[in-house]
Amino acid sequence: MSGKDEAELSRLLRAAIAGDERAYADFLHRIAALVRGFVRRKIVQGGVDPEDVVQETLLAIHVKRHTWRQDAPVLPWIYAIARFKLIDAFRRRGRRIEIDVDDIAETFAEPEPETVSERDINRALDGLSPAQRSVVSAVSVEGRSIGETAAKFGITETAVRVSLHRGLAAIAKRFGRE
Amino acid sequence: MRTEDLIKALDADASSKAMPLRSAWWLAAGAAVIIAAVVFLLTIGPRPDFMIAAHTMRFLSKFVFTIVLAISAFALIRALSTPGASTGRAMAGMIAAPLLVAVAVVLELFMVPEALWGTRMVGSNMMICMGFIPLIGIGPLAIFLWMLRYGAPTRPVLAGAVAGLLAGGLAATFYAAHCFDDSPLFVATWYTIAIAALAVLGALGGRFFVRW
Repeated sequence: MSGKDEAELSRLLRAAIAGDERAYADFLHRIAALVRGFVRRKIVQGGVDPEDVVQETLLAIHVKRHTWRQDAPVLPWIYAIARFKLIDAFRRRGRRIEIDVDDIAETFAEPEPETVSERDINRALDGLSPAQRSVVSAVSVEGRSIGETAAKFGITETAVRVSLHRGLAAIAKRFGRE
Repeated sequence: MRTEDLIKALDADASSKAMPLRSAWWLAAGAAVIIAAVVFLLTIGPRPDFMIAAHTMRFLSKFVFTIVLAISAFALIRALSTPGASTGRAMAGMIAAPLLVAVAVVLELFMVPEALWGTRMVGSNMMICMGFIPLIGIGPLAIFLWMLRYGAPTRPVLAGAVAGLLAGGLAATFYAAHCFDDSPLFVATWYTIAIAALAVLGALGGRFFVRW
């Protein structure tokens, strides 16, 4: 299973980096499910909401996708980021955990669906500038396209893209700092 | 925000571009060399008998140590800043420079009479050495720490320390062209202390500055 996953995921991410949005959406959905399975297996004693870690990992993968070498396998890269974000989530809540490095490559997580609750990312959203917050909410929660968002706020598409990009980067940075 | 919604936002930002980390590292290395060279030339500069000294083994050996340190640290820091990259071989490569210094020290102890060991080690320049290696290296260290922020080191403290070793190797390469103390005994003592100071500084930078 992991061999097929690996080939498919690296193909999708390569296409995404080359500018294929549909491939990127597909990639993100797949890794969200993989990371969710991984994180849920690792969080056994509670205190950390697995979905928060999933979201932080997705954000980190997004803002750090230039660190993936396109000729290297993508799964070790994804799991290294997920592990880092998981440890970080525990650290922020004042807990220490040891995560076994070796079992990751072997026991790949089963993809799992999301559970719904209040998210850390909502609190992070509150830290954005009003313009960034409204653009990020429009594109995410309201599900608008870049064009629709531009029309809604009466600004250019470029301005929407800039606000979106800076807003996401700011949220990712905030998770790293806390 | 649901994860589904977050994915929509990330996907809408798919077209944002950033320079691949690999290329960025080479750019950073180039900038660091230029900064180190400028600081070196504006402050102490090469020793006047550089061309004559270049014919002696002891003088040249200093560059072998420092350049090997810089190259091995550069290989390791690039691996450490990439999540999931294997670091084993690059980590093993870090032994090369200390090993070469150790061999040179042993040879020096055989070649130089025991009475001279002390003077060779103390040299004439140790304060300048310990001052100028960090001074030349501080700019490059700042660049490398900034690069670690641009990358994604999963072991930021270690990566920061290696940034210090890299900056130290680079700075010591320039400093070696100025310094009159060519004995491996001097190098093994004072260069090591100066480079270690940069490594400690780098580790602190990794701890407090490199968050992602």
